[in-house]
Amino acid sequence: MIEIEKVYKSFGKLDVLKGVDLTVARGEVVSIIGGSGSGKSTLLTCINGLEPIQSGRILIDGTDVHARSTDLNKLRRKVGIVFQQFNAFPHLTVLDNVTLAPRKVLGMSRAEAEEIAVKQLRHVGLADKLKVYPSRLSGGQQQRMAIARALAMSPQYMLFDEVTSALDPLLVGEVLDTLKMLAEEGMTMICVTHEMTFARDVSQRVAFFHQGILAEIGPPDQIFGAPQHPETQKFLSNVR
Amino acid sequence: MFDYTFQWRQAYRHLPRMLEGALVTLEIAVLSLIIGIVIAVLLAVARDSKSIWLRAPATAWVEVARNTPALFQIYMAHFGLGSFGIYLSPYVALLAGIAFNNAGYLCETFRGALRAIPETQTRAGRSLGMGQAQTFRLIVMPQMFRISFLPTTNQMVWAILMTSLGVTVGMATDLTGITQNLNARTFRTFELFAMAAVLYYLIAKAVMLAARLIAWRLFRY
Ligand SMILES: Nc1ncnc2c1ncn2[C@@H]1O[C@H](COP(=O)(O)OP(=O)(O)O)[C@@H](O)[C@H]1O
Ligand SMILES: [Mg+2]
Repeated sequence: MIEIEKVYKSFGKLDVLKGVDLTVARGEVVSIIGGSGSGKSTLLTCINGLEPIQSGRILIDGTDVHARSTDLNKLRRKVGIVFQQFNAFPHLTVLDNVTLAPRKVLGMSRAEAEEIAVKQLRHVGLADKLKVYPSRLSGGQQQRMAIARALAMSPQYMLFDEVTSALDPLLVGEVLDTLKMLAEEGMTMICVTHEMTFARDVSQRVAFFHQGILAEIGPPDQIFGAPQHPETQKFLSNVR
Repeated sequence: MFDYTFQWRQAYRHLPRMLEGALVTLEIAVLSLIIGIVIAVLLAVARDSKSIWLRAPATAWVEVARNTPALFQIYMAHFGLGSFGIYLSPYVALLAGIAFNNAGYLCETFRGALRAIPETQTRAGRSLGMGQAQTFRLIVMPQMFRISFLPTTNQMVWAILMTSLGVTVGMATDLTGITQNLNARTFRTFELFAMAAVLYYLIAKAVMLAARLIAWRLFRY
């Protein structure tokens, strides 16, 4: 379970998160929508402790992410994240991109790690690209590789930050299909997305973010069908 | 007026000795580059560190190495440290001086390369559970070496040429040292130094070729 309680976060004088509360249960898929600059990415980076917070707390299975005593490197094995920029490691082949962390962080042997990596890469449809360098992949393939890389750590939670925003429209579908597949397999996911159809079809709840506040949250039918908050209404009418 | 007669044959007889010297020259250059690279990586990290206690000495090193003559740096390693009771042999002093110089220049080269690697690479590494040092070593550093490969090979050539300054601290076994001694005995100045120059040229070219092969083998992406 991910519990976000009254989280405040600022970059210097800029208040980015202004008291965010959100609980995500095991197996749940929550989509976060909202205007750019509203703090969606920042929230995700706070959840896996890449960014510190000023107050409030975030618990992952009861462990306080920002407590001094928390071993973040260990915690992050549980929480995979995929970013908008694909962040492929350009100097490593697709296979090595995926085996690196299992080997170096989990201490697996090369053979063990490769077995898992091949499985994950097959899962995302890249079984034929093992020995290829990322520069030879399309954006959609690089993004699917990034997903396989995160999954190879066997995380219990996955955070997706606009993973299709940097993609050619033609390639968006293949990545969304991968996310859909994960959701169907029961992965707990928080997806920041601009793909409203995806949010509607795949998530149990949709959260609308506005200026650092979670303005509205509810089942997709409610958010898309009968939004309560005026800002949600405004945002959705602009998106369509 | 022009009464210097060339005696190449006589000079050629010394070629084997000179080749031995060339080997020493190459050895010093390679060692100084390896040491220089290791220190340069540390300096590059230190210069961008938050702690002034790391930043200040690293900055001082780089400033001195880049803005004073290499000759002085080698002199200091030999005679300068000698005044404090630390005696380095000509070989060690020459090696230390050049490594000091290499580290200063390569630090800036590496820092430039680090700027070219997106911060998101580090984020991606950290988010996979890798520690800071691990991320640097496994993800950032390999990319840094690739970006800075060409300037690093240039520094290698520069290191080879710098070894010739060793004679000023009594270095007698490298190419210049040997050539100098042969010259003192035979006075075939032009022939000997022309041969030495050709040897320096060939070493430099060989090193560049080797570097290119290594790059081709290493950087497949
Ligand atoms: N590392 C950072 N340093 C300073 N400001 C930042 C940083 N990251 C994000 N911001 C600022 O925080 C605000 C929210 O950013 P972000 O979380 O990326 O929004 P979103 O993902 O919703 O578009 C923006 O105004 C952005 O400029
Ligand atoms: Mg964002």
